[in-house]
Amino acid sequence: MSVDTGSALPPAISVAGLRRVYETKPQPVVALAGVDLEVRPGEFFGLLGPNGAGKTTLIKILTTLLLPTSGEARIFGFDVSTESNRIRRIMNMVAGGEQSGYGILTVREQLWMFTQFYGLEAREGWRRVDELIEAVGMGDQRLQRVSTLSTGQRQKMNMARGLLNDPWILFLDEPTLGLDVAAARGIRDLVLAWKAAVPGRTVLLTTHYMAEADELCERIAIVDHGRILAIGTPDELKKRVQRESIFRLEVDHLDGGAPSLARLPGVVSASLAADSDPEQQRVAVNLVLTEDAALGAVVSALGGLGSQILALRKSEPTLEDVFVELVGRGFSEETEPPVPVGAEA
Amino acid sequence: MSAIPVDRARVDRSAVFAHSRGGTDPRTAARWTRRQVAANNMRALIGRAYPRVRGMVREPSWLFFEILLPFLTTSAFVFVYRALQAPEAYIGFVVLGGALSAFWLNVVWMMAGQLYWEKSQGNLELYFAAPMNLMAILLGMAIGGLVMSSLRAAAVLVISTLVYGVTFSVDQWLLVVVVFVLTLSALYGLGMMLASLFLLWGREAFHMTNVLIEPVYFVSGLNFPVGRLGALGALAIATLPFAVGLDAMRQLVFAGQPYITGTPSPELEALILLGMTIVFTLLARWTIHRIERIARHRGTLSIRWQ
Ligand SMILES: Nc1ncnc2c1ncn2[C@@H]1O[C@H](COP(=O)(O)OP(=O)(O)O)[C@@H](O)[C@H]1O
Ligand SMILES: [Mg+2]
Repeated sequence: MSVDTGSALPPAISVAGLRRVYETKPQPVVALAGVDLEVRPGEFFGLLGPNGAGKTTLIKILTTLLLPTSGEARIFGFDVSTESNRIRRIMNMVAGGEQSGYGILTVREQLWMFTQFYGLEAREGWRRVDELIEAVGMGDQRLQRVSTLSTGQRQKMNMARGLLNDPWILFLDEPTLGLDVAAARGIRDLVLAWKAAVPGRTVLLTTHYMAEADELCERIAIVDHGRILAIGTPDELKKRVQRESIFRLEVDHLDGGAPSLARLPGVVSASLAADSDPEQQRVAVNLVLTEDAALGAVVSALGGLGSQILALRKSEPTLEDVFVELVGRGFSEETEPPVPVGAEA
Repeated sequence: MSAIPVDRARVDRSAVFAHSRGGTDPRTAARWTRRQVAANNMRALIGRAYPRVRGMVREPSWLFFEILLPFLTTSAFVFVYRALQAPEAYIGFVVLGGALSAFWLNVVWMMAGQLYWEKSQGNLELYFAAPMNLMAILLGMAIGGLVMSSLRAAAVLVISTLVYGVTFSVDQWLLVVVVFVLTLSALYGLGMMLASLFLLWGREAFHMTNVLIEPVYFVSGLNFPVGRLGALGALAIATLPFAVGLDAMRQLVFAGQPYITGTPSPELEALILLGMTIVFTLLARWTIHRIERIARHRGTLSIRWQ
């Protein structure tokens, strides 16, 4: 099955002048301070930002759970405030640390219950649940009670829930929050495989893990304090901060040390890398140049010093660099403790 | 896109993921026929009733708490009445009251707080984000609770009847059935309304129910005919579905008893119950949709935003 994205399909997400203010006690909180955004059908789009940036608020507005204070948001052309019924039929959402459902049910039963909320016929529901349980790799837990699942298993089940209705747009709010490396990897692979299976499926993912956004998303918006600071592909974003060229140079020896290179024209800085090992005839230098062309001077200077070049590699900036540059501060990739388990019917 | 090792699981799942109920494009998929909408609501109702029924079967400990404890409370009143040498008819009144209170307790204790609990669990958001009408969820909760309470009521009724030798005399079977069904409809209509209101009021509502539960039992005539309460009983009959239903059932299953006086005829009480069902259900519907608006406006559909 394929979607003809060439036809006049409206954007999967279109947001214009979106503001959201929470009327909280001492003073109101401006969670979204005027957001404009357009996501194409079939795109894997990421919102990257620190805690409190407004990511969840935006997702809640797009999933029809929260009304905008002002501005407009549409999903495949349907207005989130007035056409929520339509939107709810073609979307689904999964959040990290989600504790939904009833602990007393088995994985299979809980998922079946959710199929019934999306209008699957009863038997079709069971069939779909069994298929998806296998597809997310929970075959061994299918008859296990929901209350006994580990955090990683729980999140796999939540993912299966999010796919039950074959949504056209899937909202993932920090889906790997609090998971170990392997479990997070599993969730990411799952989303990629699911999305690739049908053209036109759209994913909006929020995360505060840089590497996750970098790996999964075709385009990323960096958000902070309810505003989008930059939008682009990961490469485009990284190019924004790449005003200088950064190289890693390895030579067998370097007479005069790093300062002998730092003096050269076009070299902003040169410093010995921590993993240098002069004893083993391996000296690594981090070079920052005003432009790539300045490398010529470095290479000829090395010849004059009698150093032999073992390796030369251009270092790419990371999204972290982009973020620090845009926001003026980094954000630690701390994980929050998962919400305690405990559910009853 | 990153290189993912092609293993068996991935090959299998690509077929599963290629499944698309959603038609060939999202705009078409979002357009449902009336029939689809109705089927979705019907299934959602059953889906929401399911965990309640499933859980009941799975945790047999409910047998103990749900049947033995009410039986003991009922028994306590039986002994008191016997000690006071009250007319033997009162034993029957107590037993019937004990059985029907299973539904009342279910409505006040479980249903009323249910949506609030769902909210703290994160389920409420998923219910709102799914395509069904919220009344389907409320009705599903009601039906689930009703199935559970019916078993409990039946058990209390049968055990007490056998143990204390209660004799029933029914003249109008059809009316008994009608009144019973209407009593449940009115009770669960109230339950749906309370569930919506509790969501709006939160904690305070729980304290209020705690405080009110005993007085409501008293004015409803749990253990004696409500007609004995005079004006207060009349007020109860006009407002509390438990009071009307219980009184009507007593009149019908203990036909010809001299002690049940001072209240409207069972036919009239059936009409009152019908009116209550309609009013409560409409109010529940109005409240839940109103709450959706309010909660989307204020951002209070979940408590997990911190
Ligand atoms: N329901 C709410 N009521 C009041 N304030 C809220 C609510 N939800 C979020 N906020 C506040 O709005 C801001 C943005 O929050 P959120 O959208 O959850 O950010 P993120 O998901 O990026 O961490 C924060 O300051 C948060 O405290
Ligand atoms: Mg968030």
